Amino acid sequence: MNKKFLIFLSSRKSWTLPYLIFAAIFVVIPLLLIVVYAFTDDNGHLTLANFEKFFQHPESINTFVYSIGIAIITTVACLLLGYPAAWILSNSKLNRSKTMVVLFILPMWVNILVRTLATVALFDFFSIPLGEGALIFGMVYNFIPFMIYPIYNTLQKMDHSYIEAAQDLGANPLQVFLKAVLPLSMPGIMSGIMMVFMPTISTFAIAELLTMNNIKLFGTTIQENINNSMWNYGAALSLIMLLLIAATSLFSTDDKDNTNEGGGLW
Amino acid sequence: MCTFAPQIGMNMQEYKSIIEISHVSKSFGDKTALDDVTLEVKKGEFVTILGPSGCGKTTLLRLIAGFQTTTEGVIRISGQEITQTPPHKRPVNTVFQKYALFPHLNVFDNIAFGLKLKKTPKQLIEKKVKAALKMVGMTDYEYRDVDSLSGGQQQRVAIARAIVNEPEVLLLDEPLAALDLKMRKDMQMELKEMHKRLGITFVYVTHDQEEALTLSDTIVVMSEGKIQQIGTPTDIYNEPINSFVADFIGESNILNGTMLCDQRVRFCGVEFECVDKGFGENTPVDVVIRPEDLYIFPVSDAAQLTGVVKSTVFKGVHYEMVVLCNGYEILVQDYHHFEVDANVGLLVKPFDIHIMKKERVCNTFEGKLIDATHVEFLGCTFECASVDGVNEGENVIVEVDFDKVSLLDNEEDGTLTGEVKFILYKGDHYHLTVFSDWDENVFVDTNDVWDDGDRVGITIPPDSIRVIKITD
Repeated sequence: MNKKFLIFLSSRKSWTLPYLIFAAIFVVIPLLLIVVYAFTDDNGHLTLANFEKFFQHPESINTFVYSIGIAIITTVACLLLGYPAAWILSNSKLNRSKTMVVLFILPMWVNILVRTLATVALFDFFSIPLGEGALIFGMVYNFIPFMIYPIYNTLQKMDHSYIEAAQDLGANPLQVFLKAVLPLSMPGIMSGIMMVFMPTISTFAIAELLTMNNIKLFGTTIQENINNSMWNYGAALSLIMLLLIAATSLFSTDDKDNTNEGGGLW
Repeated sequence: MCTFAPQIGMNMQEYKSIIEISHVSKSFGDKTALDDVTLEVKKGEFVTILGPSGCGKTTLLRLIAGFQTTTEGVIRISGQEITQTPPHKRPVNTVFQKYALFPHLNVFDNIAFGLKLKKTPKQLIEKKVKAALKMVGMTDYEYRDVDSLSGGQQQRVAIARAIVNEPEVLLLDEPLAALDLKMRKDMQMELKEMHKRLGITFVYVTHDQEEALTLSDTIVVMSEGKIQQIGTPTDIYNEPINSFVADFIGESNILNGTMLCDQRVRFCGVEFECVDKGFGENTPVDVVIRPEDLYIFPVSDAAQLTGVVKSTVFKGVHYEMVVLCNGYEILVQDYHHFEVDANVGLLVKPFDIHIMKKERVCNTFEGKLIDATHVEFLGCTFECASVDGVNEGENVIVEVDFDKVSLLDNEEDGTLTGEVKFILYKGDHYHLTVFSDWDENVFVDTNDVWDDGDRVGITIPPDSIRVIKITD
């Protein structure tokens, strides 16, 4: 046993040790705690009451469904705006410098709260009322780089001969896009959708700031519960969200060619 | 352009040109990829565009396919001008070097891609795809994933995807380059067979001379963006037009010679009878002899040349021997084996001696006289022997003999720099083409061994520079 441990320490595998410890303390244990809290009551007794509470309150379910709705709208908007941007960036005829790519990614360098506060100030300045529209705008603005970058990456790496082959077989520019470029950039799109959908469904800061706390997202509900020391109910809600996200990632990694990964971020 | 049309007794209707390329040039920035290329391809022909990498052959194919547009010149297909037509409207289909099969579609959908775009009825698509698969010997592979196919199978699918659209011209861009030798040979035969059955025009790009000789009705040899020679495989092999073609197609001995008078040529220090005429008297020429055209035997009276075997290599069917005769190394292929150091006699029949006019006998540059002892050419100033009768600042012609140019390992030691681009072994020396960094070719005769792509410094001694006044 001791000998085995020494071999492990002297091998390169031992380099994983610091992260293993870190992950155990800050990832695995908290996750386990969430599960434990979700299935227990205040006194530590095993119970399903937290989940019953969620399914019995139409308000919570409404917030949940509404959050998913907002996340979907944001993701679709990011895709519709981000795809053309990524395409332009990856097209060497339209964009000759890498600087443009950096400019598009630049918002990611600024803290999300700072950006959102700035957005609030901007909306105030133009006296645009805050609310659902502002919320979606803020989400799209914050998360669009996560959509652009993976798509840009797949488009960038795409072999130009596919496009030529499609043209050669009689496809006009629109058909080239629909029948070759779009399906071939699917891994990037899937990756982008994951990168946007997951944070938007759990965010609460943006919703709080951009709607003056008028619109509640699921993330907000969780935060409120935890803040009000309703740990068990909050943990149950977190677990529900976790399962939803897990389900979406399973759905996207189901794609058979994992080798053709969506690039950089995922 | 293709010379063999009349000797095959077909009516003129069938021998209409399908592709006409006239005076086409293409440049990418400063670099000229194609320089005034004119070519006609006859309907139903199997034409191969052959040349070393970077000679412009792929560019020419891409211009026909429409992926690039010409800088100058006109391309017609079946009489229709298509110079500016986008690729999807051209009646041609391409088989790409790396196949470019769509990874998101299976074999069937890849092949049906073009038909679906043309809104062909479903049943017809099915029938045509099946027929195309049968044609390339891939029946029952319809629903396979393209990534699961081997290189050769992918290539077959790529061919099926192109021919299923029944194009007037099939363009093939080095389609067999990625396959191993055995597979390549099989595919060559299949392509030739396919060409016969389909009866459409094939334009095939390759750098493999053997492939070109095997497949083609007509070979177009290209170098440096220019067409060097167009002809049937036999023509190209037996009557290469210049030393580049002779060196590129098959193996050959290329020697400096002198045409003494009609049907008499002198090389390797010996006079030979030959069949060529019309070169004038005492004209310097290039002599080409194929290694298989030389007879090798123990020294006897029949020998035209005598020499010593320097090396011998068994090549399977024949032996390849290098024989040193009067200071010239001559490559000989024969079924008979001679040991190294054996004394041998060589004989070559008059019609196997191919005479080619020399493109140049010395370097000629356009230059300008700076002062009495300096002349500017090749973008640099050179010291030269004092010049009379030419005013300062006047434009002049500068001549330098091939063997007077010296090449230096260290680029910085040269007056100018360049890159060795083409090497021709002339039996007792190398004839190099050096592309200077000021975009001009310098031709050099040297005994030193250089490699293709070597960076060199170039110097020219003052007394080897001949400055000639322009008289007109």
